[in-house]
Amino acid sequence: MLSFTLRRVLSAVLVLLAISVAVFLIFFATPGVDPAARIAGRSASPATLEHVRAAFGLDRPIFIRYWLMMDHLFIKRDLTSYVNVGLKVVPQVLKAAPVTLALVSGAAVIWLVTGIFGGIVAAANRGKFIDPLVMFVGIAAVSVPAYWLGEVVNLITQSRLHSSLFAWVPSAGYIPFTQNPWQWALHLLFPWLTLAALYAGIYARVLRAELVNAMNEDYVRTARAKGLSERRILIKHALRCSLVSIVSLFGLDFGALIGGAALLTEVVFGLQGVGMLTYTSLQNLDLPVIMACVMYGSFFVVLANAVVDILYAFLDPRVRVA
Amino acid sequence: MPESPVLKVSDLKVTFATRQGPLRAVDGLSFEVAPKEVVGIVGESGSGKSVSMYSMLGLVRDANVTITGSVEFQGREILGLSDKEMQPIRGGEIGMIFQDPMTALTPVYTVGWQIVEQLRTHTTMTKAQARERAIELLSEVGIPDPRKRIDHYPHEFSGGMRQRVVIAMALSCNPKLLIADEPTTALDVTTQAQILDLMVKLQDSYNSSIVIITHDMGVIAEMAHRVVVMYAGRPAEVGPEIDVVRNPRHPYTWGLLGAVPRIESRNDRLATIPGNAVSPLDIPEGCAFADRCEYRMDICTKRPQLKGANDHLDACWLSDEQRVAIRTKASS
Repeated sequence: MLSFTLRRVLSAVLVLLAISVAVFLIFFATPGVDPAARIAGRSASPATLEHVRAAFGLDRPIFIRYWLMMDHLFIKRDLTSYVNVGLKVVPQVLKAAPVTLALVSGAAVIWLVTGIFGGIVAAANRGKFIDPLVMFVGIAAVSVPAYWLGEVVNLITQSRLHSSLFAWVPSAGYIPFTQNPWQWALHLLFPWLTLAALYAGIYARVLRAELVNAMNEDYVRTARAKGLSERRILIKHALRCSLVSIVSLFGLDFGALIGGAALLTEVVFGLQGVGMLTYTSLQNLDLPVIMACVMYGSFFVVLANAVVDILYAFLDPRVRVA
Repeated sequence: MPESPVLKVSDLKVTFATRQGPLRAVDGLSFEVAPKEVVGIVGESGSGKSVSMYSMLGLVRDANVTITGSVEFQGREILGLSDKEMQPIRGGEIGMIFQDPMTALTPVYTVGWQIVEQLRTHTTMTKAQARERAIELLSEVGIPDPRKRIDHYPHEFSGGMRQRVVIAMALSCNPKLLIADEPTTALDVTTQAQILDLMVKLQDSYNSSIVIITHDMGVIAEMAHRVVVMYAGRPAEVGPEIDVVRNPRHPYTWGLLGAVPRIESRNDRLATIPGNAVSPLDIPEGCAFADRCEYRMDICTKRPQLKGANDHLDACWLSDEQRVAIRTKASS
């Protein structure tokens, strides 16, 4: 198990290295993309361009530039924005990261609990009224776009019913946990619910399908022949085997969301998270910020994948030897 | 005075409602299992052998199934009991061994965990006691180094070893009756013999009755005291093993035995049963085997009842004289 973990971590580091090279090449070595022209502004003279190139080190060989960027990003941590000259990139990401982390982690708890609970309830009541009901709510949650749901939630809680039922809902924004934990949770409550709705729907549906499949497996028949109760069979045998797919799904979703995929929810609720930062930097083609955001995002995706694989080996003993 | 039977099945019928109409998987199966007796149920795939066993234990979970008849286990009617009432019987008093040991164990738990789970469900053993008992059981079924192997996962065992684990689990609570559903079909030939030997040996020391389901007459000859031959969900021939194997009476049993049995001279060619097993969706009104039977007569459109003498019954319209004539002809 330990050597498996070490091997997995090493390969994760290699993947990150490969991603950094690939992203760097996409933005700095793609023919037709000239960062200097971007920085210098429209219709800059060739002399200005030359000057900009020299100033930003864009005239040096590509692998030196890659090294310099990595050096500024990870070692010296003083990489500056091309657009807002002088603004350091790393503190920006570090400031945005806790917002996203708080948003996604809270939502993850909600969607895991409701999704798994919904899946179990639906599978346990297959053929009864409650199963299609849960599945319908699930598909409805999946079908509603997060930005629309977020806007509707805002409309209700901030405007239409703000003076009556939802008077306790604070205005949009983010309060750091260290500043006021209660206000932190209150500000994030509706963003959490909005983000969690989609995933809870997906997870409930996936888990139900997995459980229904598992309940037809031979080992469940064995468990019944052993005289176990239906509840124990469902939880101890079928659910335990179905969790593997939920865990891998969760790793991918969680990693991607931390990495910036919660953009729509962040925008709707005015949360200055990583998704928002990536979005603005892409609009401005602010290459250092893009680079930092992509590295940050891919770090979490790769990390989540590594954690999933390790958990996978923990959940399914057959994976350990392979 | 014979002891009262451990299991008495009377007129068991299992029907599935399907879109194509009722599917009669088991149609009037009756047999008894005496204490310490081994009863073999033989038949081709789809003849209703496994379904009849599963339906007895309430393991058929299909909502469209109708099960009628009577199944008495130690004098108590168990057909139609609720899951809750069945739980102490399943695994506690009736152990079950399945066809495919590769999939019969939950892949994510160690074999020890799974045996302990069963022991703790049916007895008041502590964890440590159950674990000691599990080690004992594994050693009894011939798993080397059981103290170490108990913490291994199912995928770390070979097929034959896994079947031993399944057998250990089935025997863990000293069941009165062991139902073995094709326990050797998924194993290679040498392992098959070992597993059968093991079952014979354990049956001796545990004094369980066994119902063994198989399509292999060799397994029957090895183990069974009595035989039920099934075709299309109906019993075709019932009798003591020695009579059914040496002196089969039903044309279907002749086919199963590989050839029409010869009285004296050798016949080099193996006969097969022509045609395919009848679809359980349209079993004929009369004899179910009639369409494939070489000796079909006009009367075969009427359903034959089990009849015969000395405990050896068969459901066929052929008269004794006709049978002798056919067998004499076949051996000449």
